This record gives sequence, structure tokens and C-alpha cells, in this order.
Amino acid sequence: MEIAISIILGCCAVGAGLAMIAGIGPGIGEGNAVAKACEAIGRQPECKGDVTTTMLMGCAIAETTGLYALVITILLLFVTPNMFINILINTLG
Amino acid sequence: MNYKTRRFALVDIIYIIMMIVPICFGMFLKVLTTPLSDGISISGARIYFTLPMPVQNLLITESQVNSAIVMVVLLFFCLYLTHGIRYGVWLKRHHFAEIIVEMCTSLVKNNMGEYFKSFGPFIASILALSALSSLITLFGLFPPTSDINIIAGWAILVFILITYYKMKCGLWEYAKSFANPVLMAPLNIIGEIATPISMAFRHYGNVLSGSVISVLVAAGLQGLSNIVFGALPGFLGEFPFLQVGLPAVLSIYFDIFSGCLQAFIFAMLTMLYIAGGFPLELYEERKKKKAQKCKN
Repeated sequence: MEIAISIILGCCAVGAGLAMIAGIGPGIGEGNAVAKACEAIGRQPECKGDVTTTMLMGCAIAETTGLYALVITILLLFVTPNMFINILINTLG
Repeated sequence: MNYKTRRFALVDIIYIIMMIVPICFGMFLKVLTTPLSDGISISGARIYFTLPMPVQNLLITESQVNSAIVMVVLLFFCLYLTHGIRYGVWLKRHHFAEIIVEMCTSLVKNNMGEYFKSFGPFIASILALSALSSLITLFGLFPPTSDINIIAGWAILVFILITYYKMKCGLWEYAKSFANPVLMAPLNIIGEIATPISMAFRHYGNVLSGSVISVLVAAGLQGLSNIVFGALPGFLGEFPFLQVGLPAVLSIYFDIFSGCLQAFIFAMLTMLYIAGGFPLELYEERKKKKAQKCKN
């Protein structure tokens, strides 16, 4: 029983760590977006406001995949262990 | 014209008090229901009480109460801003209200076009509700935006609006818009369903990640100050010196900047989705044809 519970906890932690690999993608994508925005502002300083707003919007949308990973990670860390342990206790008695 | 009578000032004071009272009420409820031995922990919304219902018990949670508080505060703030507004009377707050209305109207007009210009109040209320819900953490209350149920409600409301405007040209046109290349129809349907989910998760994930990181940093600083100052005698050894001030720097980014930015992005995406999904040219053509039919 204790071994089963520790396997559940360990696998949830490993899964959470693996899920957060998705954080690489939004990092690279947002870096590219900000770099291009800086170039654009350097070329045309007068349209700084428009470029900044568009860049923030794009960054927010690029961030979505990372946030999906975050939500899955939080579910794996705080919700699933209790759920699986309850199922285990109910079935094994 | 003497407008600043005693009655006018009294009503003003009542409005200001009604803006402060709900927040104090929320803090009072939180203090009453939080157990004493609860240290720093990551937890969801607390359940205040349950109402017995026929199918399933209705849970009144912290996030529902706090979003109601936000609504009351916003209502009285708006009443305060526009109190006694009429032609020829100008107070400072009237100008402030006018600036807000003008900004929202121009934002909606620039992003949605002339047809949707009556959307100003809706977008403004989404912006204000979302921003204030995130900023309520500054009073130590649980932010309603870090509860998926509240955000999912807003996202579903926006999704219903998007679908309504897509269906304005008739159900057949709506169904045809999915099968643009016929083979892509399943992907288009999945993409349509993903809209409210991604909108809800974007806002929820941003606010939640901020609060989780703040809690982790606060707990880490407590442990660190125990190690560094633990050898000092008496009270000095127990007091977490490193926790003073340092988490506030994070709070500036996660609570204030990120909360306001996410509110802006939620409102912006609402505008873009509604205006982007509506086939304006087709709708105007159909309107012209209908008018001609009526003439004949």
C-alpha cells in the first residue's frame, strides 16, 4: 500500500516536471516577438504605442501553450495525487 | 449655481462609504473563516457555506462572494463619478468619467468598426470587472480571477455572443463557414470549441501562476531568514526579517501589472473575436435584399 502511494506521488511529480518542458516554446516565441518589436520601434519611433500594444497582444496569445502546461502541472501536483490515492483506498479497502 | 449643498455632500459620503464597506466585509469574513494554525499554503477558494439544492448542493465559495463585492464596489464607484452630472455643472470627477467613457468608445470603434459602436459599455464593464477582480489581492482577499469557475463563466458569455453574431446571417451560412475547405471541417469545429477554453485558461493561468509564485517565494524567504537569523536570541530569532518588503516587489509585477494586462487582453480578444466572426458584407447584402422584398 505504501509503495503504491509513493509510486503515485513520484509519478505525479515526474509528470509535472515533464509537462513544464512546454515552457521552452513560449519563451523562444515571445523573445522573437519582442526582438522584432524593438527593431520596429528603432526604425519608426513614432509608432511606438501601436507596436507595443500589438506586441503585448501577440505575447499573450503565444503564452497560451505555456499556460496549458502550467494548468496541467498544477492539476498533477495538487489534484490528481489525492484523487488516485482515494481511488486506491476505496478499491483495496 | 450653488450645487454643493449639504444633501449633495451627504450622498457623496454615503457612496464613498458603500465603496469601502464591502471590502471590509470581505476581509471580516476571511478573518472569521481562516483557521488559526494555517501557515503559508497554496489552497483554492474557501467554501463559506452550502445551500441544499434538489440536484446538487450549491457551494457559496470565497470567489463568488468576492466577485459580488467587486460588483458592488464598481456600482457605487460609477454612481459616485456621475453623481449630480448635468449641463453646466462640472466637477473634477465628471471630467474623469468623461475621459473613461471616451477612451472606451474610441477603443471599441478602432478595433470593432462602426457597426459595433454600441459595444462600449459591455467592453468597459468586462475591463473594469476583470481588472478590479485581480487588484483585490492588494486588500488580502482571494482574487476571483484565480478561480476557473468565474473565468469560465465570462468566457462562455463571450462565446455565446460570438456565436450569436456568427449566426446573424442564418443557420445555413453559419454551418457553411465551418466547411470552408470541406476536409478541414473537424479541425474547424475543434478550433471553435477551443476559443472559450483558451480564453478562460489564459486569464486563469496567468493570475494563478502569479499567486503560486508569490506564495512559494514568501515560504522560501521565511525558511531563509530562519537559517540566517535563527541564532539571534528571543524574538529576533523568530521574526522573518527577509519577508519584509521583498515579496512586494514581486507583487508589483504579478498583481498590478499582470492583472491589468490580462484584463486588457481579455477585453481585446473579446472585441477581436466578436468583430472577426461577424460577416458584415454578407449581412448588409442580405439586409438590402430583404428591404427590396418588402418594397415589392
